[in-house]
Amino acid sequence: MSSTEATHQNRRGFFVRITQALGALIAGGLGVPAIVYLFTPPKTRASGAWVDAADLTQLKLRTPEEVTFRRVRMDGWKIITEKSTAWVVKLNEGEVVAYTPQCTHLGCAYHWEETKGEFLCPCHTSNFSLDGKVLNGPAPRPLDRYQVKVQGTRIMIGPQQPPQKGA
Amino acid sequence: MRIVDSTLEWLEDRTGAPSAIQHFLNEEIPASAGWHQVFGSIAMFLFMNQAFTGIMLALNYAATPGEAYNSLRYIMSELTGGALIRGLHHWGASMMVIVVVLHMVQVFLWGAYKKPREATWMVGVVLLLLTLAYALTGYLLPWDNRAYWGTVVTTQIAASAPGAGPYVLRLMGAENGVGVVTFARFYAVHVLVLPPLTMLLMFLHVYLVRRHGVAPAPGDELKPKQKFYPRQVAKDTMAIFAAFAILFSLAVIARAPLGRLADPTDLSYIPRPEWYFLFLFQLLKYFEGPLEILASVVLPTIGIGLLFALPFLDRAPIVRVTKRTMAFVTVILAGVIWGGLTMAAMRSTPPEASAADNAGPSEWRELSPEELAGVGYFQAEKCGSCHAIGLADEGKPAPNLGAGGAGRDAAWMIAHFKQPSSMVPGSQMPAISLSDSQLNALAAFLLKLTPQNAMKLQDVPAFALQGALLYQKNRCSMCHVVNGVGQKTGPPLNGLGHRRKAEWVMQHFLDPQKLSAGSTMPPYKFSAKENEAITNYLMALP
Repeated sequence: MSSTEATHQNRRGFFVRITQALGALIAGGLGVPAIVYLFTPPKTRASGAWVDAADLTQLKLRTPEEVTFRRVRMDGWKIITEKSTAWVVKLNEGEVVAYTPQCTHLGCAYHWEETKGEFLCPCHTSNFSLDGKVLNGPAPRPLDRYQVKVQGTRIMIGPQQPPQKGA
Repeated sequence: MRIVDSTLEWLEDRTGAPSAIQHFLNEEIPASAGWHQVFGSIAMFLFMNQAFTGIMLALNYAATPGEAYNSLRYIMSELTGGALIRGLHHWGASMMVIVVVLHMVQVFLWGAYKKPREATWMVGVVLLLLTLAYALTGYLLPWDNRAYWGTVVTTQIAASAPGAGPYVLRLMGAENGVGVVTFARFYAVHVLVLPPLTMLLMFLHVYLVRRHGVAPAPGDELKPKQKFYPRQVAKDTMAIFAAFAILFSLAVIARAPLGRLADPTDLSYIPRPEWYFLFLFQLLKYFEGPLEILASVVLPTIGIGLLFALPFLDRAPIVRVTKRTMAFVTVILAGVIWGGLTMAAMRSTPPEASAADNAGPSEWRELSPEELAGVGYFQAEKCGSCHAIGLADEGKPAPNLGAGGAGRDAAWMIAHFKQPSSMVPGSQMPAISLSDSQLNALAAFLLKLTPQNAMKLQDVPAFALQGALLYQKNRCSMCHVVNGVGQKTGPPLNGLGHRRKAEWVMQHFLDPQKLSAGSTMPPYKFSAKENEAITNYLMALP
């Protein structure tokens, strides 16, 4: 290889490398903000407000009540007030839980079977016990719960708890 | 790397793509090709940037008036990187216009539009018009005052076109003024009509460049040709990178404007078009009455017609760029006229007007001075260290006041402020030592709280708080109305920024009769700092 040919090859290599490097920088300059933009949740996390949902004195021990409450939350750029329901159970004195109203299988609304003493989902016949555990059926995990705190005689419902693992 | 080789081989065999790319990259270009020919590539890159950032914006954008504004505001303030993406799109649009014009100027100076490249040039002129159509339609999409009033002017100009006017107006969905139909049409054109059209014409444009080859300088024909790749590709990439670096910095440093929500009743708003249309705006001022149509329709049409016809008007053979004196004179002349008109238009923009739009949206502008003063007391008394007023509880010990002060009335609140435990047995809250009227203001503010405005009220600028406190203290509302609250003895103070200069307002406080004879307003001996705060507050009122 003659020396002029070598310089030619060098220059060629330089042009290729600079094209690749700058191309990568531009792709990063556009790609990284786009990924951050698409995957970072919005800054105002509008969950966490506690809602007064039920009266403790009206609740019978180990008898679930379906309660309705209004909750304010962010839906994208909108602040919406939506109606939610929860199944509230006084498991024993001092322990109140609230289940989200959807079956953990595919999100159907379940109901309380008074006679059997268990929650039944009509879609694929998942059954849950009073404390939310899966008795049988395709449901992959126990009923999801809301955070609950008792203030005096009022039952306050907070944001949803992270789902429990396993049945 | 056998897997790469065999994949390439497979692709070559089944599609022929690798050799097609090779063929494209190995195009022979004249020995004289170089830095002056990078603008076309930059324009193409900027188009891709607009497409990419446009798609990103569309993923979080509601294309209806009102909602459009809210969603854009959400993109810019709630989403990480949202302001940057919008900045890249907003400033990218301006840059696109600049680069497309530079590309045209280069082709014009070098005479590259001459035979056989007339069609390439004409397709290019259509691409310029498409670029301007993007700018025009995109201008409405933020749906702020600037967008709304700018588009009102655009549609009025279109309506004045002889003969075609009413039809163009109908096509724009603007016969009854700019509204939801106009918005839908502009959005559809911006994202559905223009992009495929641009891509088609860009393809045609590049195809024509390839068909006739890059224009050589005279005397270049006999020199050995160079290949497009890698030398010219590297130069193009470096130029693209420089453009991208400028654009990115601009998007980081300068926030893309988002003014107040479009208000069709705000007659004090002075619309201004985007800077590259300012020369047309200024031109309109010189032609009044029946002559107006000259500037709005006739002259632009002639200008576009001349651009189209250029290759047929100048049929002389290609000469060296250094010998094209007439071309240089033409470009300089056009530049001076454009620059002069633009400068004149910018100089005639009242600074207060533009400041009021750029200040952007803020909930506090909609509060009455009493309520705004309440925000001041809320902050001064550090209520926020125990009470949350947004949607989230943030783990604060005291109740969230985010929904009208937790459902209490003003009398309850005032009693609670004075002696907290009288209303809430066992309350740990310290008593607030403010006067009755101050406590009233605090209660008025808390009653005004909704989950919607609560979190936005947390960043009220200091001057507005201080101004509102002074307004409250001096009982200005005994004579003036702000945001619908107050007596009507004196003039209402909303929109003051559009009527008076800050200097005037400050002087007026000190000696009202000197500036408005017969005024019954007493003088207010504010300190310089106080005067500045209350004046800035009043000037910022919508």
